Amino acid sequence: MRTSTRRSHRLMALAAVAALTTGVLAGCSSDSDGTSSNASDSGKGKTTLTVGTFGVFGYKQAGLYDAYMKLHPNITIKEDVTTRTDVYWPKVLTRLQAGAGTDDIQAIEVGNITEAVQTQADKFVDLGKDVDKSQWLPWKNAQATTKDGKQIGLGTDTGPMAICYRKDLFKKAGLPTDRTQLANLWKGDWAKYADVGKDYMKKAPKGTKFVDSASSVYNAAIGGESQRYYDKDGNVIWDKSTGVKAAWNAAMTVATSNMSAKLKQFDPTWDQGFANASFATVACPAWMMGYIQEKAGDSGKGNWDVAAAPTAANWGGSFLGVPTASKHQAEAVALAKWLTAPEQQEKVFAKQASFPSTPAAYPNLKPAAATTAYFSNAPITQIFSDSAKTIPVQTFGIKDQPIGTAITDVGILQVEQKGKTPAQGWSAATKEIKDVLGQ
Amino acid sequence: MSSSKQALAHPAPGSGAAPGDKPGAARGAGGRGTPAPGPSSWRSRLYRWDMKAAPYAFISPFFIIFGAFGLIPLLYTGWYSLHNVQLSSLDHKSWAGLDNYRNLLSSDFFWNALKNTFTIGLISTVPQLLMAIGIAHLLNYRLRGSTVWRVVMLTPYATSVAAATLVFTLLYSWDGGMVNWLLGFVGVDPVNWRESTWGSQFAVSSIVIWRWTGYNALIYLAAMQAIPGDLYESAAIDGANRWQQFRHVTIPQLRPTILFTVVISTIGATQLFGEPLLFGGVSGSKGGSEHQYQTLGLYMYDQGWIIGNLGKASAIAWSMFLILLIVAAINLLFTRRLRKSQ
Repeated sequence: MRTSTRRSHRLMALAAVAALTTGVLAGCSSDSDGTSSNASDSGKGKTTLTVGTFGVFGYKQAGLYDAYMKLHPNITIKEDVTTRTDVYWPKVLTRLQAGAGTDDIQAIEVGNITEAVQTQADKFVDLGKDVDKSQWLPWKNAQATTKDGKQIGLGTDTGPMAICYRKDLFKKAGLPTDRTQLANLWKGDWAKYADVGKDYMKKAPKGTKFVDSASSVYNAAIGGESQRYYDKDGNVIWDKSTGVKAAWNAAMTVATSNMSAKLKQFDPTWDQGFANASFATVACPAWMMGYIQEKAGDSGKGNWDVAAAPTAANWGGSFLGVPTASKHQAEAVALAKWLTAPEQQEKVFAKQASFPSTPAAYPNLKPAAATTAYFSNAPITQIFSDSAKTIPVQTFGIKDQPIGTAITDVGILQVEQKGKTPAQGWSAATKEIKDVLGQ
Repeated sequence: MSSSKQALAHPAPGSGAAPGDKPGAARGAGGRGTPAPGPSSWRSRLYRWDMKAAPYAFISPFFIIFGAFGLIPLLYTGWYSLHNVQLSSLDHKSWAGLDNYRNLLSSDFFWNALKNTFTIGLISTVPQLLMAIGIAHLLNYRLRGSTVWRVVMLTPYATSVAAATLVFTLLYSWDGGMVNWLLGFVGVDPVNWRESTWGSQFAVSSIVIWRWTGYNALIYLAAMQAIPGDLYESAAIDGANRWQQFRHVTIPQLRPTILFTVVISTIGATQLFGEPLLFGGVSGSKGGSEHQYQTLGLYMYDQGWIIGNLGKASAIAWSMFLILLIVAAINLLFTRRLRKSQ
């Protein structure tokens, strides 16, 4: 009797300790999604502006904040970075609606801009009134403008599309390596690009494939289609959309052949694929060039080259908006205008190849010397600005992002990795999208 | 421990009544400048009030924090689950009654997630606890450098989920992962660990097992060391060998501890989230292209934060809560049974 009570006491203590440690550890780990803001207001009549961004915007890296603070000694800028978009955006949405806790400037990714325009327009300052809209590409402005003409965001970068390819692998496979010749080979149609892939696989160097994944082909192809998942009135038409059909078919050609390395983009294994040169081409928005340099490393230097993509397409890019909840709206608008002006976009491009959304910057664009050398002295600016200028105005909808994910990460992935037929993949995607839309 | 508890519970009214013994209370009363017609009665009333209220004041921080971050969100989630709420328009919710729950019951994805949670829970918890008992038994022997072994056992638990899962993802990668490389020596074809159904569930479970086995082993070890040695001595005198001692002395003595770990592991398994999310990489909340390792936690996250359907996500959260209550009830039944049989 005596021993058993003592034991149960000890057990209670153990249980308490276990519960406490679990709690403490859970508390620690929730920090790991990486929100870092140093909110130490220096005060003394200074205005502190916070800029909420995700991923790597490059403003800090390009020295833009320091430059602005030098121009405006009464302003202090703090960046509030969240690494992942899928963590960043829900947080912003809830704060916007609470009317508190937002940053003075809030970055918005292109995948979320329609949702912001259609549901949060009253939470943002109208920026269209006091800027020269003609500075930006027309389709970029259109994405951030409501039906009644209110513009809630200023364009930062865009993701005009090219194809990045390994010259050395193409040569071994007996294919042309000249960028203009290749661009002509697949010009106008992603199906032609897949045909080049079939040729590549006939004599493919051992252990290599033509392309990283079928999903990347889908994303690149849909990025050039004017008709996507919604029509102009906001109805979901994804299953009848000509754009989706074309992109799906191109992806299916890749998924059902042996030309795909069957990787999942932004996975560690995908990174390894760059390092090991296990695929010869990748659909390459401008921002991808920095990624390739980082992941493929020195072994890829001079082996990578850039050719124009089959169609002019856009993948990615962002906007800066000023929430009405900001306590320093005027200052925030001024900063947002300055950060998105052509001169500043040029500097960001020089730093990390984020492609400007302001055509005025194109003639002066100078990529970093290292980038040019890495990609075999390809005329990078020329290729990307040609693409950016001819991208069609696309219609977006609120649930674009989850619909796209359902197609790539459910439909296409099942065909590519689980050997399902395209029809099975399509019906799996259909079921998933119905769930997304709550139908 | 027990003496301080006594002091709290039984304030010994006789000794405490002496004036001046409680400086805080006494000075507080006196300092307000009340000469007081009946100082002793006022003081004693204050004192009695203090004795009654103070314990509540001391335990209140927990309940206040629990209320703010536990109870109110819990109830609010319940309220949300009865509405159509989109993440992008929180102010425009419309009454939906039980639609969200009806929707769940007819959703293949929900039943699939429930099934996955159950199977992953089973294949992670059972081997984990069995191994933990075995390891604890070994650690219970007199070993050289026993502290080192015990610390080593606990290191996986101290590793962050993210770091561990990243490493496991690489080990299990289809093309060039170490697991497939090793299997290659035995002549097994490469397994697509992430996209095959049993493969992915096994992989996720292995991360859970790796992280929690040592933790449970230490709990078992602590309990084993509390077993009085004379039980083993008398068993040895009766001619029991090591195995028989383990089966007939150690295991029965560990029974309450085993129950405790079973309860904790079951709760953990029902809430499994981080490992499968990170194992899935980009869009990990889908739990694979066929949702083959999407647990209830992931399904809730996907619905609420990725798709933006907060009403349905709240309904999933409440369903999980109800499931946990059922599991807890079953556990309680078992405990009662075991107690009776003892």
